[in-house]
Amino acid sequence: MPTPPPKHYTHTAIALHWLIALALVGTFCVGLYMTGLPFSPQRLKLYNWHKWAGVTILALSIARLAWRLTHQPPAEVPMPPWQQRAAQWAHRALYVLFFAVPVAGWAYSSAAGFPIVVFGVLPLPSFGPADKALAALIKPVHATLAYALALVVLGHVAAALKHHFVERDGLLTRMWPQRAWTSREPHTP
Amino acid sequence: MKTYLTIAAFSVLSAAAASACAQQLVPAHSEIAFTSKQMGVPVDGKFKKFDAQVAFDPKKPEAAKIAFTIDLGSVSLGAAETEAELAKPDWFDSRKFPQATFQSAGAKAAGGAGKYEVAGKLTIKGAAQNVVVPVTLAQSGAATTVTGAFTIKRLDFKVGDGDWKDTSMVANDVQVKFKLALTGVAPI
Repeated sequence: MPTPPPKHYTHTAIALHWLIALALVGTFCVGLYMTGLPFSPQRLKLYNWHKWAGVTILALSIARLAWRLTHQPPAEVPMPPWQQRAAQWAHRALYVLFFAVPVAGWAYSSAAGFPIVVFGVLPLPSFGPADKALAALIKPVHATLAYALALVVLGHVAAALKHHFVERDGLLTRMWPQRAWTSREPHTP
Repeated sequence: MKTYLTIAAFSVLSAAAASACAQQLVPAHSEIAFTSKQMGVPVDGKFKKFDAQVAFDPKKPEAAKIAFTIDLGSVSLGAAETEAELAKPDWFDSRKFPQATFQSAGAKAAGGAGKYEVAGKLTIKGAAQNVVVPVTLAQSGAATTVTGAFTIKRLDFKVGDGDWKDTSMVANDVQVKFKLALTGVAPI
């Protein structure tokens, strides 16, 4: 007999959710800001930080996907079927974009001839030799995917807030750290 | 008999030619490149325009005279934006100092066939530094390829001044690599 779904996500899932959420917002904002800067040490610094953050998000997303596939999520709160489907597709889109945005950025970096050296010490392999024409093709792909991710995140946040504060169905408690830390239920690791 | 004479005459002539005019650089087959590190990221660049006057006899390296001029405005970094920056006063200041030069002071054989050390003065942006450049000669037919690499400190030449002095952003060490094709070098 399958175990009944838990009331909220595991500590690890909650930690990964908020960590990635924070990293995404920060990295997106730095990305928007840095491209407008003139050639300067500041610009160079922000570009590298942006790349390091992107690679970190990619690594965390791999861990998160592995965790998600091996751990049962909490039960859905009651909602119309179309909303359930929308939520499901939004979650899938988020996961796809967690990978697609950093990978496109990595590919752009490779093609532009500026390979990524994570935290200034760990060189990542390049996708191929520097190729200016290819870099010019990949750049808008990275940006478009990032905007798409921002849009889905906005929809995700709006829907979560509507559930919690308009429908008052307690949806946020499934992912809220405070609640998870104080709970003493046996299924939480 | 006639053939022998002709060959002999040719040998004398070519020997005279070789000693009279120095070796020639073949720019199309030569390359001067460098690698700098920006926050740990290696960034490769090269100079498209340079010239050299080389008088070098592998048997008498101490008599060598090697002079280089490198056109700093010909720097290529793969990004036009960066190249425009490099011309500015904080970097090469190439309007005021269009060329970097190298003037040898002496050369000597190093361990191994075709290996030499060339000492000399490298001048970039008006600042001169003594450098010792290890080179390796490889010959095939009439062509001689000289390869070598050495490291310079960019701040010794005030390359990357002002806001760019911070070596945690752009490393002080810059690796210079070159491959020079020469004709007319006597056999090693």
